[in-house]
Parts: sequence; C-alpha cells; structure tokens
Amino acid sequence: MALLELNNLKVHYPIRGGFFQRVVDHVKAVDGVSIQIEPGTTYGLVGESGCGKTTTGRAIIGLNKITDGTVAFDGQDLTRIAHKNQHPLRRDIQMIFQDPYSSLNSRKRVMDIIAEPLRNFEKLSPDEERRRVQNLLDRVGLNPEAAFKYPHEFSGGQRQRIGIARALTLNPKLIIADEPVSALDVSVQAQVLNFMKEIQKEFNLTYLFISHDLGIVRHMCDQIGIMYRGRLVEQGNTDDIYENPQHIYTKRLITAIPNIDPAQRQESARTRQKIMVSYQQDLKELMDAEGKPLALKTISPSHQVALP
Amino acid sequence: MNTEPVLQIKDLTVSFRIKDEYYPAVDQLDLTINKNEVLAIVGESGCGKSALALSLTRLHDNKNTRIDGGLIFKGQDLNQLSPGQMNKIRGSEIGMIFQDPLTALNPLMTIGRQIEENLDYHTTLSKKEKTKRIYELLEHVNITNPQRVYNQYPHELSGGMRQRVMIAIAIACRPSLIIADEPTTALDVTIQSQILDLLKQLQAETEAGIVLITHDLGVVAEMADRVVVMYAGEIVEVASVMDLFNNPLHPYTRSLLASMPGANADQEQLHVIHGRVPSLQNIPRGSCRFSERIPWIPQTAHVQNPQLDEVGPGHWVRCSCYQHFHFEDEGKGIVMDGIAGAK
Repeated sequence: MALLELNNLKVHYPIRGGFFQRVVDHVKAVDGVSIQIEPGTTYGLVGESGCGKTTTGRAIIGLNKITDGTVAFDGQDLTRIAHKNQHPLRRDIQMIFQDPYSSLNSRKRVMDIIAEPLRNFEKLSPDEERRRVQNLLDRVGLNPEAAFKYPHEFSGGQRQRIGIARALTLNPKLIIADEPVSALDVSVQAQVLNFMKEIQKEFNLTYLFISHDLGIVRHMCDQIGIMYRGRLVEQGNTDDIYENPQHIYTKRLITAIPNIDPAQRQESARTRQKIMVSYQQDLKELMDAEGKPLALKTISPSHQVALP
Repeated sequence: MNTEPVLQIKDLTVSFRIKDEYYPAVDQLDLTINKNEVLAIVGESGCGKSALALSLTRLHDNKNTRIDGGLIFKGQDLNQLSPGQMNKIRGSEIGMIFQDPLTALNPLMTIGRQIEENLDYHTTLSKKEKTKRIYELLEHVNITNPQRVYNQYPHELSGGMRQRVMIAIAIACRPSLIIADEPTTALDVTIQSQILDLLKQLQAETEAGIVLITHDLGVVAEMADRVVVMYAGEIVEVASVMDLFNNPLHPYTRSLLASMPGANADQEQLHVIHGRVPSLQNIPRGSCRFSERIPWIPQTAHVQNPQLDEVGPGHWVRCSCYQHFHFEDEGKGIVMDGIAGAK
C-alpha cells in the first residue's frame, strides 16, 4: 500500500477585490494532483517556478489549506482529521526547507532548534534530551559540541544538516524535501544528497523530493511527476521520463538541461530549437479550455501522460 | 579564431581588509580575455571569482579593498583611472550582467528610463533617437512587446524578462567586454537556456569578449570557449572547454566534475570533496592550496609556491599534485569515493 496518496488535491487561493473585499476569483495553484508514493522510495516533483510544486508539498504537511481532494497518509485521510487529532500523524511527516539560512531560527542554539520537535511530542528530562540531540548531530556528521552553537557559526552545508537533523528527530516515515540543495555549492550539494540517500536506506525513509533541477532529480528519484500550471503533465519512473518523455513540456524541460559534453553543443542547441517550435505549436492542443493540462492517461503500467 | 586581447589582467591582487589587515581574495592573477571569446570562470563560493569580477569593473568598496596590479583594457590601465574616467568606461565599453535582476534594477524607474539612463550618460542621442534605440534594444533581446515593456516597472516583469532587460542595458552602448556574474542562476532551466542562447547570439553579432562567472559546469559546457577554474583566490587550471571536460587535470577540477549529479547518472554516490573551502584568513599561502582537501596525497607530490605549468597547447595546471591524483577506479569512469580509496 502506498504510504502517501494524494487524490485530486486542490489548493485554490482566493483573490479579493471590489466592494467589501469580496472573493472575486481564485488562483488555482494546485488543481487536481494525484500522486502515490510507496514506502522507502523517492518521488520527485518537478516543474518551473509557479507550477504549484511547493504548494503541493506544503499542503501535505498542513502549511497550506487544502481546498478539495484527499491526502491519505498510511491509510488515514489527513484532510478529514480535526487539527488537534492530527498530532500523532504529524510526527511521521517532516520537512526539509530550501534555504538553510532562513529556515533556522538565528536566535536559538542548535540544541533548541533540533529539540523543538521533541519538546512538542515527548516529555524528556534535559539530560535525555541532550543525549538525543547529540546523537542526532553525530548521525548527520556534526560534532556534538555543535549543540551549543548558533546557526551563524556554520557553513551552508552544515546548516542544511542541522535542518535534516531536525527533520529526523521524531523518526518520521515521510520527509518532504523542498529544494533541499538548491542554495548549496556543487560539492556541498553532493555531500547532502549522499547523506539523504544514506539515511533513506538506514531508516527506510520515504521522500517527496521537490526540485527544479532535473539532474539532481534523476540522481535521487525512483518516480517522477512533472508539474505544469497546477497539474501533472507526465508521471512515471526515472527511465520513462528521461528516456521516453511523451509530453512536449517534459521534452522541453529535458532538452533545456545544459549538456555536459561540449562536443554536442551544436547538436543539443538544434534539438532545443526543434522542441521549442513544436512546443509553441502543440501546447494549445494539449491544454483544456482553462489553459490547464488535460487529465493523465496511462500509456504503460508505470507511465502516465496528459495527452488527448 | 581571433585572438586579439580585449582585457589583460596582469598580476592582479584583490585584498579585503579584516581587522586592519589585508587578505588577498584574488592572488597574483594573470589572465587575458580575447575578442569574440566566452571565458568562463568556475569555482565554488569563496574561491574569489566574484571578487575578480567586481575588481574588473572597480565596483569594490574602496575603504576596505586594495587592488594591485594591472587591468589593461584597450591600452589603458583601468586600475590607474580616476572614478570619473572609470564611470565613462563602465556601462559603455564594459557591460555588466548581474545574478539577481530584481536587485540590480531600480524598482522605482520604468524599464525604458533605466535603459535611457545609460544612453544619457554615454551618448549624445536626441530624445527621439534614444526612444527608438531602446525599442530596438528590447526587440533585440527578444522582448516581443517593447512599447509596453518600456513603460513597465521591474516588478511587473518575470525573472527571465528582467534578465533580458539587464542584458539590454549591458549591450546598450555596444561594449567590447561583457561581464556576466552568474547570469542564469536565479532562473528556471527553460528560461536559462533561452538566456544563454540570447547571449551566444549577441556575442556572435558584437564580437565582444564575455567573462562568464558561474558555478554551474553545465552552463560552462554549453557556453564557454575557454575555462578558468579558480580555487582559494588562484587559478588552478586553464583550458579550452574541450580539454577541460575531456581531459581535466587538476584534482579540484576533477573533483568538481565528479560531484555533479547527472554527469554520471548511474552512480549511487556522488563524489564529495574532503573538508571545505578555507576562509580568507586561513588560506594556506605559499604551498598548494588544494593540498588540505586531498590529504591522502603525500606532501612530496606538491611543490612549494606552485605556478601554472603549460601541459598542452593552451592548457595550464597549477602544482604537480595532479600527476599523483587518482580516483580509486579511474578506469571505470568517474568515481565515488576518492578518500576511502586512498587509505
């Protein structure tokens, strides 16, 4: 059974205006997204800025209000459970944020940052708490002394590890990682990605990996969903998406990745041109009356595409 | 290829003051940028690439920065010019494109006005001619509706459009040198590829030299003619783009390439460079600066005061340690764990 199952998830933001600030329209940030994530796997949610990928992640963890649809976690619908009863389930879903500079409270010691989830859910003596925190720091490869320092004393990669340690405190089952490495240098990025893979094996973690970087997604993910204007346009396993992309938008994204081989520069520029032309021609036909992608159709057991 | 130099950097040292002492962030750097060439400068944050870029345009804070050495641009030394003379060159002869167009553009000025400002300062065109030129420029950077954009403010445009406007400002006076500091880092991939295509096209037309500063090796592979890899304030490798990707030599270059996901799609683990970039005060000067990041290589493999050696035509590498640097299973392609392999 899937650990997380989104069924026709919708997040609409009201636009207020006119007399008395009435709701005049909605921004349909997420408009009918269905995803299933199996335990122990990584699902990559990919798209450009504004496509609704971050909103989807935040809606799952409860940072955005869900307008419609269901979020089933471990068989229980999170949208149906009253907020205060969600507590035990909330432990099992944690988040890693994009920017390690703004997601850690600069006025708290690392100790307090990492212990905060513990303090919400468990009653521990200060001694036990310190041991747990230092244990976690050790696991993410930081010196236990680090517990008594402040976030500004660490480099970007180290801060991201603190963010990961915080997400791991309560032994979650699902981690939502929203662009966890896009603020980091390549070599530090490699460090964090390796580490995320290691702990995934160790704790059988499930990731929802939100990113715009298709190179990283290919490296990290088992399943990939491509989002465009609030809906999925294509979904499949890594090979389906990279070796056999069907939707013109997916093709465009993939050809836009800079080619690491300078010898193929001209070749890839030409392909890009060709895809761009057919993108401009075909895109309209692949959208519904509202300008949104069509419903997904299954083309192979693992591969779904929004084609007519 | 035309190898007429546009800018010659001679023995350039850029030092920043920290507690009354100056520490060089760029150390005795020699480099020539040719006409009609894209020269990419690559490295991680803290390696001195942005300090170099800012010193080329002398945009440093004078109180806390010292720039020594020569910047020979069209026969004159930029480093000797007065601020007034420099202002005349900056924006006309040398164009600049910055990373974040939203902070680089003035939020209170319309797009048209911002481009006009540049023309006001450097040309003697009449009002009418200027407006015409601005429309041309906006069209040139593939903005479909220049009349509308002319009257818009930066916040009304998307990130890609803003970067196009930045490029329009940079090329307004047909500069012979363009300095692009991470021009596509803040953009989505599809927009990035469009902006890169645009830069390439403009360069082909103007024959300007472009200094492209980036940390993204993919962008380098797509754009550059020649690549400079910097580490801790020094150049560690200079090579043509083909040589750099097909035959990278310096351990730092090779480690960077190995830590990129996607370059080697099937590997489980990415290469991680041991340790981290030293802070400005702690750079090991006088010896191979990368030695502490590859501790398994014996000290005897490094030389004292390493210099750049020419190992092939146009291919320069610093220090001799590259001859002793092997990822464990090099034969099988790029590797996973150089550190463990060396123990």
